[in-house]
Amino acid sequence: MQALVTDLGFDVLFKGTNFTRLLGGMWVTLKISLISVALSIVLGILLGVVMTFKNPVTKAICRVYLEIVRIMPQLVLLFIVYYGSARLIGLKFEPEFAAVIVFTFWGTAEMGDLVRGALQSIPKHQYESAYSLGLNRSQTYFSIVIPQTIRRLLPLSINLVTRMIKTTPLIVMIEVVEATKVARQIIDANRVASPNAAFGLFFVIFVLYFAVCWPISLLASHLEKKWSN
Amino acid sequence: MADTVLTINNINKSYGDNLILNGLSLDVHKGEVIVIIGPSGCGKSTLLRCINALEPIQGGEIRLDGELIDGNSRNIAQIRQKIGMVFQNYELFPHKTVLQNIILAPMKVQKRSKVEVTEEAEQLLERVGLLDKKNSYPRQLSGGQKQRVAIVRALCMHPEIMLFDEVTAALDPEMVREVLDTMLELAKNGSTMLIVTHEMNFARAIADRVIFLDGGEIVEEADPEDFFTYPKTERAQKFLDTFEYESVKHHDNEY
Ligand SMILES: Nc1ncnc2c1ncn2[C@@H]1O[C@H](COP(=O)(O)OP(=O)(O)OP(=O)(O)O)[C@@H](O)[C@H]1O
Ligand SMILES: [Mg+2]
Repeated sequence: MQALVTDLGFDVLFKGTNFTRLLGGMWVTLKISLISVALSIVLGILLGVVMTFKNPVTKAICRVYLEIVRIMPQLVLLFIVYYGSARLIGLKFEPEFAAVIVFTFWGTAEMGDLVRGALQSIPKHQYESAYSLGLNRSQTYFSIVIPQTIRRLLPLSINLVTRMIKTTPLIVMIEVVEATKVARQIIDANRVASPNAAFGLFFVIFVLYFAVCWPISLLASHLEKKWSN
Repeated sequence: MADTVLTINNINKSYGDNLILNGLSLDVHKGEVIVIIGPSGCGKSTLLRCINALEPIQGGEIRLDGELIDGNSRNIAQIRQKIGMVFQNYELFPHKTVLQNIILAPMKVQKRSKVEVTEEAEQLLERVGLLDKKNSYPRQLSGGQKQRVAIVRALCMHPEIMLFDEVTAALDPEMVREVLDTMLELAKNGSTMLIVTHEMNFARAIADRVIFLDGGEIVEEADPEDFFTYPKTERAQKFLDTFEYESVKHHDNEY
């Protein structure tokens, strides 16, 4: 048993503060994704409403924004914001701050498009049948349009959230010390004593990501089933 | 004749350059059942939508109990609650149960108590044979059941007039009857109704007055027996003939 733990590199976990450091790295990941997700939801809802406007100027701007986000790899965006900010405006962002900017920039665009889609999927007749019952505009929005929009939106936006969380390891590229970075530091430090550390450490990271994303995924499919149709 | 509920006075309605309703006038009296028929695209739906201010009109005026119906006025919601409208595709709210669909507007708009409205809704559902479905969602109902719920939902607001726009057109043939029976029952109880339909036998049975609309104008207005046996105008004659022709053809194919 002892041998197996060593073979698979789990022993390293319990050396010194390794395990707490790993959790610390995961916390950085979570913190960045949670802040970005929260900002993306708020800004994305506003953007989604703006995207339903018929104004050709706002339409064109939103379109360009969305295309940029879709075409650019997130990594390139990270480099532009982190390294480019120093060059362009002479400001050096904290790497974690740069990460939040990029993830929010990305999440807002995707969320906005989801909100737009959900709003536009409510048929005109739903408004009309509410109006013909004597509901005014705000009653129609709050009782009929928004509840149906949220039902369509929630499962989709939860998928976006898990996608954002899963993409966080990218931020090691701009020197944020998150979970995968901590793991590699530990592996390097123990190369001689525990040559197998990689498996154990990345397995733990797998479990940590799983523990965060699985419940969110479950919630999404539960809501999807509950509100289907 | 009894009091006039709805007055339509010389209205014009166009979409762009396309004139749909051309100086149309019509009075609807309390308790009267008017059936509007006419070829596809003649403006029947448009007329009903104008009455409910879902479409703006470009000339003339529509009044309910003397009050002007104007989509831009502040009290339009107040007037709309006196007009019940039932659509071809039911348009129930999919996220609410049958009962919630029915009690929503009476509670929100008329501020009636939940207990009282629920009681009334249940009585109405009982009358149309759907009390056991009160906690179902619309997606769990058949088309005919949905349409009966839509009728109950409109009725529960105690409207002064009910508008029906081809409410059986989307239904399977075997469900048409249950909806038409519900409407006949309303007519018997003295509801004021404006009905657009392609069911000629039903029209004949329920109408106090038949209006034949063509080219945005009322071409003929008559007692149903007279209209269906001896239409006065050539256009009405032709329109009714299309139904005859279709039924003969149908026969030929069958045998
Ligand atoms: N939103 C719109 N924009 C432009 N034209 C419209 C619009 N709605 C209806 N029309 C036109 O107005 C005319 C009347 O339409 P309406 O729906 O009132 O006809 P209808 O008599 O109800 O026909 P049907 O029996 O097929 O339901 C049609 O020629 C239609 O093409
Ligand atoms: Mg129509």
